[in-house]
Amino acid sequence: MPNDELLKMRHIEKRFPGVLALHNVDFTLRKGEIHALMGENGAGKSTLIKVLTGVYQMEDGEITLEDKAVVIHSPQDAANKGISTVYQEITLCPNLTVAENMYIGREDSVWIKHKDYEKKANEILNKLGIPARGTQMLGSCSLAVQQMVAIARAVDMKCKVLILDEPTSSLDDKEVNMLFDLMRDLKAQGVGIIFVTHFLEQVYEVSDRITVLRNGELVGEYLCEELPQVELVAKMMGKELDELSDFEKSESSKVNEKEVFYEAKDLSSSEALAFDFQIRKGEVNGFTGLLGSGRSESVRAIFGADKVTGGHIKVNGKDVKITKPVEAMKNGIGYLAEDRKRDGIIAELSVRENIILALQVMNGFFKPISRSEAESFADEYIKVLNIKTASRETPVGSLSGGNQQKVILARWLLTHPDYLILDEPTRGIDVGTKLEIQKLVLKLASEGVSVTFISSEVEEMLRTCSRLIVMRDRHIVGELTGSQLNQAEVMKTIAGGEG
Amino acid sequence: MKRLSMLLATVLVLSLVLCACGSSASKGSGSGSSDNAAAPAKSSSELIKVGVVNNPPSESGYREANVKDMEAVFSKDNGYDLKTAYSLKNDEQLQAAQGFITEGVDYLLISAAETTGWDEVLKKAQEAGIKVYLFDRMIDVDESLYEAAVVSDMAKEGETAVNWLLDQNLSEYKVIHIQGAMGSDAQIGRTGALDAQFASGKMTKVVQQTATWDEAEAKKIVESVINSGEDFNVIYAENDGMAKGAVAALDEAGITHGVDGKVVVMGFDCNKWALRELLSGAWNYDGQCSPFQAGVISDLIKNNKTPASKKIINEEKGFDAKTLTQSDIDTYGLGE
Amino acid sequence: MKLKKFNGLGQLTIPVIAIALLVIFNLIRDPGFFSIGIMHNNDGNVVLAGNLISIINGASELAVLAMGMTLVTAACGGQDISVGAAAAIAGSVFVKVLKSGNSISGGTVLLAFLLACIVAMIFGSFNGTLVAVFKIQPMIATLILYTCGRSIAYWINGGATPTVNSPIINAIGSFIPGVPIPTPVLIVVCMAIIFKLLFKFTSLELFTQSVGINGSAARLNGINATFIKLLSFIILGVCVAVAGSIGVSRLGLINHETLLIDIEMDTILAVAIGGNSLGGGKFKISGSIIGAYVIQMLTITLYAMKVSSTDVKAYKAIVIILLVVIGSPVVKKWFNKVIDRMKNKSVAAQKGV
Repeated sequence: MPNDELLKMRHIEKRFPGVLALHNVDFTLRKGEIHALMGENGAGKSTLIKVLTGVYQMEDGEITLEDKAVVIHSPQDAANKGISTVYQEITLCPNLTVAENMYIGREDSVWIKHKDYEKKANEILNKLGIPARGTQMLGSCSLAVQQMVAIARAVDMKCKVLILDEPTSSLDDKEVNMLFDLMRDLKAQGVGIIFVTHFLEQVYEVSDRITVLRNGELVGEYLCEELPQVELVAKMMGKELDELSDFEKSESSKVNEKEVFYEAKDLSSSEALAFDFQIRKGEVNGFTGLLGSGRSESVRAIFGADKVTGGHIKVNGKDVKITKPVEAMKNGIGYLAEDRKRDGIIAELSVRENIILALQVMNGFFKPISRSEAESFADEYIKVLNIKTASRETPVGSLSGGNQQKVILARWLLTHPDYLILDEPTRGIDVGTKLEIQKLVLKLASEGVSVTFISSEVEEMLRTCSRLIVMRDRHIVGELTGSQLNQAEVMKTIAGGEG
Repeated sequence: MKRLSMLLATVLVLSLVLCACGSSASKGSGSGSSDNAAAPAKSSSELIKVGVVNNPPSESGYREANVKDMEAVFSKDNGYDLKTAYSLKNDEQLQAAQGFITEGVDYLLISAAETTGWDEVLKKAQEAGIKVYLFDRMIDVDESLYEAAVVSDMAKEGETAVNWLLDQNLSEYKVIHIQGAMGSDAQIGRTGALDAQFASGKMTKVVQQTATWDEAEAKKIVESVINSGEDFNVIYAENDGMAKGAVAALDEAGITHGVDGKVVVMGFDCNKWALRELLSGAWNYDGQCSPFQAGVISDLIKNNKTPASKKIINEEKGFDAKTLTQSDIDTYGLGE
Repeated sequence: MKLKKFNGLGQLTIPVIAIALLVIFNLIRDPGFFSIGIMHNNDGNVVLAGNLISIINGASELAVLAMGMTLVTAACGGQDISVGAAAAIAGSVFVKVLKSGNSISGGTVLLAFLLACIVAMIFGSFNGTLVAVFKIQPMIATLILYTCGRSIAYWINGGATPTVNSPIINAIGSFIPGVPIPTPVLIVVCMAIIFKLLFKFTSLELFTQSVGINGSAARLNGINATFIKLLSFIILGVCVAVAGSIGVSRLGLINHETLLIDIEMDTILAVAIGGNSLGGGKFKISGSIIGAYVIQMLTITLYAMKVSSTDVKAYKAIVIILLVVIGSPVVKKWFNKVIDRMKNKSVAAQKGV
């Protein structure tokens, strides 16, 4: 048995200014196993991975690789020792070929022997069954294939430990399956894989073992088959799950009696084809469809985030013009963007400044919110949304993903919007916060706020929305309400065909 | 793709603006010469055709005075047909000279941007029977290729000033020496004579610093000496602007200067405003590197004289506050 | 415990330490270096004098420009290298208007300054348009004015170095009768207060930082990024006009070739020494102002040591390299580590006892 153990981390300690990020954490990876590393945001998963890959230096503890104690100085050092990482964001160069990407930075001589590399790359791509050729531009491959190329690169570097950090978050189901096949292949070859993800189903699909972290401490290591999904969630959150029963969706029939808040006819933008859309006061509806179906582009058009190219818009029955975000905001519309890092947070600014930003814009340039007012707003929402932050002056970038999302939610709630568009508000955040956000959506609706909710997790939308707009290939292909709101119906509409 | 087009746009805008600057400048000089070229069509036979290749008046106050002097001396009233070409670039100057030769001028006057590269053009001029005069700046060619060179001796200018200072018979000479841009002709010439005095021990160097012609920098240098509490009684600034900066520092510190003052103030260039400072007694001396060579050359042309030496040193002026008159200012002052 | 306070100043740590080191160095070298004297100037006014006054006074133009530059840097993530040339233009306009009438009254000066402001703002918006609308890199966009600015100033001056003699101009550039503090220093104080008020009564600070840190997010929150960037250049234009007018007033002379020559690099340095990221984002105007005084104190110190002014630039470079390296994230990280270790040791030692 001990020979089986590929990697042992013992008593790992890592401190950041004011926070104990990891405390006495143990982690064991065996040869030929897929080991899921689970925990809510801020649990310490990323920190542990970064310690293992030499991005951070641990304060205490030891790492043993194949029974030898090692010190890992840098990511390069980690790679040399056989520990490779494939990150959620592709870190390769899209404008180089696949082969160049696989061998960049590790050429044996100054002269790049393209032919050799292409041959070697093709061999390994074939062996792993990756549908790409060495001569192809990496940028021309799908995200999934790009990710697989990154894995192939790691495999070719003779990696013993492969870390996959949220590899599936931007892949569709088919691509996820391709990736899983590859992972099982590698497993059979004796590679130890550490799999970090938020998708519970996926964990159970491929993993052998699960290690759960919470608040920087080890909760435990479990065999997959011995830990039911509900218990896993409970362990991650440190409490039992009974929230689902609290959910009380407003009846669609009731909603239909209410007046229409927003109505668009033939609305189109540089990114979205013309579509009609309306939402009533207090209604929660959702756009669903596969990635690239145009759901995000459509809501961006509503908010004026992209260049609006046409359409007639009515808010509260009155004709209005919404071509810029600020015009949407003036009409009581708020928009939480899909890409939190790129379009949401102002990372270096404080929680306080991030929260008041939208309200400040609406108040105007010459009516700044006073410091004391801003502080009380920030404090209020930190409390209401249960934002975990050292203080209101902490830079928002140093918060965990879920808390960053809450800050942006607070930003929009502070403007007291009549209509809130939430594009993937729950992506990449922990289960607990997901539930909080879903509850919040329903609470807002009960107060008369209209909400459009987008999520890749259909279940989440079924739980919150009273009407689902289904998109395929940039067109609206169906609207589901009432009894149609079930997983099977949604899948059928998304897939299309005989419908 | 986006980057590329941005870069292209930038280059385009840049080149447009630069072209605009460049073309308007050359237009200015070009139209000047064409005006002059159009006029003599009627009576070109009687007028002496003179082509002047010079640096543009925008180069300095000195050059501006130089250009004005040329225009005044070689005027139609004086029997000349003047064509001018201005450039800071040697190759453009060479082209202009070539153009004048082809046009068939009688005399070619050159103040070259660079000392090299002129052999061929001057030989062509000689073959065409055009007489060449150099002014202000020497060129590295054989003496036989030109009639005469009327130039300033920068060292002499410095000597004139230092001799004047020695004539003041001060009991001691504690000098703040503010230099121009290091390595420039004017700086080397104006520094040399004073350095010799420092070396001989007749004068004491309190501080010697370059302010690179910058008035504000000169003020800072003097200020720092005042703050250090060191004693001094002469400010030798290598141009008027720096002298003005130095005087501003004296004024703020309550130190008297000029005629009857504690500190002797010396400047160079003889700007009109600086000479007015002299006239009011706030400064003591202003030296000049004379920009007026046109008179000498005209004299040689009109009287068909051959100078004893091909290198003619232009007489340098130096004005004393006690003897300066308003008419001196009007005659010799640069600028307004 | 003292060690903990080290980071208490945050962004201002480096500039404050730099000032402190320079002060200590000078006091050791010459204990009387910072003594302030009271004397009468040639106009008969009682005025303050001494190295400290020279430093604070001499840095005025730099400090004013650094304030504006901070804003441009924060909003655009780049710098305006045309401030010196633009100041020459503004100064030329200032003098041109002053010389247009027969006598110079307070009204003429005000008019001259306002016109200089307008012209500088126009050139600022030219730069700003290239940066904000055409998305050209600030350094490249402002290279245009950097290249031709002094020629434009030459045209305005008609090629000469005009002088103005007026007690009012003298009062602006030197001392107001009865006030012992140099007027440029008072102008810097005024500008700092104006900026403070600007930040208090508008959302300029929040919006500028948002645009600088994350332009895309700022736009989706309804901030007009183009306007904010343009505005930063226009505000810098006002600073340029103020600096140019001070520079002209000091000597009553405009020399388009030398007025505030090379000041753009010192200005950018002041912003950097002030702990502001040259890549844009968060900023502190106060840091840049201190940065300006650090640079000036360095220059005056070197002059006082009779270092040749040609060598001054080299010495300045060395000190600045040191400052920038000390302020770099790598060194900061290392420093924090050392402090952590020392803390742990002292804790361990206490336990041992």
